Amino acid sequence: MAERHAPRLAVWKFASCDGCQLSLLDCEDELLALAQALDIAYFLEATRAPIRGTYDLSLVEGSITTPHDAERIQEVRRRSRALVTIGACATAGGIQALRNFADVREYASIVYARPDYIHTLATSTPIADHVKVDFELRGCPIDKGQLIEVISSFLAGRKPATPAHSVCLQCKLKGNVCVMVAHGTPCLGPVTHAGCGALCPSYDRGCYGCFGPMETPNAPSLSLRLATLGMDEDALRRVYRTFNAQAEAFREESERHDD
Amino acid sequence: MTTRSISVGALARVEGEGGLEIVLRDGVVKSVALKIFEPPRFFEALMRGRAFSEAPDIAARICGICPVAYQMSAVHAMEDALGVRVTGPLRDLRRLLYCGEWIESHMLHVHMLHMPDFLGYAGGVEMARDHGDVVRRGLAIKKVGNEIMTLIGGREIHPINVRVGGFYRAPRKRELAALAERLERARDAALEVVRFVAGFDFPDCARDYVFVSLRQRDEYPLNEGRIVSSGGLDIAAREFETHFEEFHVERSTALHARMRHGDGAYLVGPLARFALNFDRLSPLAQQAAREAGLGPLCSNPYRSIIVRAVETVYALDEALRIVESYEEPGAACVPIEPRAGVGHAATEAPRGMLYHRYRLEADGTIAEAVITPPTSQNQGMIEEDLKSLIGGFLDLPEDDLRHRCEQTVRNHDPCISCSTHFLRLEIDRG
Repeated sequence: MAERHAPRLAVWKFASCDGCQLSLLDCEDELLALAQALDIAYFLEATRAPIRGTYDLSLVEGSITTPHDAERIQEVRRRSRALVTIGACATAGGIQALRNFADVREYASIVYARPDYIHTLATSTPIADHVKVDFELRGCPIDKGQLIEVISSFLAGRKPATPAHSVCLQCKLKGNVCVMVAHGTPCLGPVTHAGCGALCPSYDRGCYGCFGPMETPNAPSLSLRLATLGMDEDALRRVYRTFNAQAEAFREESERHDD
Repeated sequence: MTTRSISVGALARVEGEGGLEIVLRDGVVKSVALKIFEPPRFFEALMRGRAFSEAPDIAARICGICPVAYQMSAVHAMEDALGVRVTGPLRDLRRLLYCGEWIESHMLHVHMLHMPDFLGYAGGVEMARDHGDVVRRGLAIKKVGNEIMTLIGGREIHPINVRVGGFYRAPRKRELAALAERLERARDAALEVVRFVAGFDFPDCARDYVFVSLRQRDEYPLNEGRIVSSGGLDIAAREFETHFEEFHVERSTALHARMRHGDGAYLVGPLARFALNFDRLSPLAQQAAREAGLGPLCSNPYRSIIVRAVETVYALDEALRIVESYEEPGAACVPIEPRAGVGHAATEAPRGMLYHRYRLEADGTIAEAVITPPTSQNQGMIEEDLKSLIGGFLDLPEDDLRHRCEQTVRNHDPCISCSTHFLRLEIDRG
């Protein structure tokens, strides 16, 4: 019987902060074991090994913001048997998608003395707007436990066990006191995708939605509640327009509170 | 005349994406350009119109490797604008959080990004096949840094517990106390790392750097201090833009930072902090440095790996001090009232000084944001390093020379994701 070769893993970066791919290097206890089960064949942040051939699993970080990257993601897809996006940039356009609600030329002129040198698209878009994506892992940043689960499930040929319910439910499971009910602290927990372990409410803070919308959220209803807690239209627009601003449910709700 | 070009298409083991173009004419380095592929994300523009309270979480997303640095520069600048000072245990907690990031980031750089150059591997994972114990020791120390950030910040990447005025929740005394034993073990391990990296074979060279870092009365600098230089500069953070500027390099489109008055390119980061603050290191860190053969000044950039290891010893020492003396604060946050104003702050990111300025409207809305990251400040000096150092390596085979160039860039742990100011470079080959 021929020896089975270790699956080849690649990590790709588009417009992003590097935090989600760092999550892989932050798996201090699992990293070396992972490197035995997988051939970490392309991972520029970690190794000089060049792009070569095809990859069994590609992890993609970052959003598409330049014409060059719009072409490069096609190449990544061609080289990948399975393609998984990691994080809010790759899954929902990231914080840089705030340009989608503004004039990118104005943005460029604010930051750069010579905006004419800037080669950028008017929008920041998620990977799934450009190529077929096999699985989207949420979070800004992703949770490293969930990352290990996604990689393990891929190695085992099963679907990842990453619940699609809300942070609100995670909070209940954890036994947290509800920050909104008990303290009147505005919280996006009822509409936000689980995965962080209800982190913010565990630190006496309202959830700020960094994992993006859950499946079938009722954001307009939450907004009514947030308004009674003192958030005006401007604050409501901003609270949905952060790291997952381009995710459909958050985008629609933020636009309902536009001037 | 023979022209030879060396091109590193994509620099590995740096944070963010960049490359390098070097042109040689008749065996002499003619030009050097660090190329940045990082697409612009326009943070200074998208901050406008946001509430002052949102700045720490948004600024963190500039860099997943040093989010605490961005959060700290943001909160200190906002507090400067709002006339608030955070003192006592809350100040200590911020310092402790920053120690966590230094430990995590330095151990990542030393073991996974920089060390493979010295031991001859493509990366840390490949290196682990032959040097498993070394890599495991590095990862174990790194993990303790992450544990500090997770306890105080909620998570290691983009912590959620930092706010203008303090924190959302202050940890209990017993929560911090639980860290002490692991910090002690990590400190012992970090001393071994200093000894280990001090034994590497370093290219023999010395650069005449202009160093710039923060400095304060009685501590090694993290969150605050005056901006000082080896050339005698000594200013407050609010004077930064009077003495430093960002500019376009001729025939390139990258913004570099330089000092306005004479000195030009300068270096921030571990070598600069170490040279300007050796006397502020803890006795243990000073002793480790001396035993590793470092004087109070290290001007060989390849030996920066030792300085990072020494700073890790210091950060663990300082973290222990804070953990052991911590008293729970009365409140997790001091009260904040929005008002119009301008605030400035500089803090020491693992890879160097990070400056923020914000202008606020009366209701606390951000009207203007200026962010000068360490890598934008170091870019000019990295290019000068290459110009002056690679002349000695030109006889190496092409692959080895390219590798040496990469190592020379990695000496300064450039964080290209941070480079809110980098543009694409077009190379003029003349």
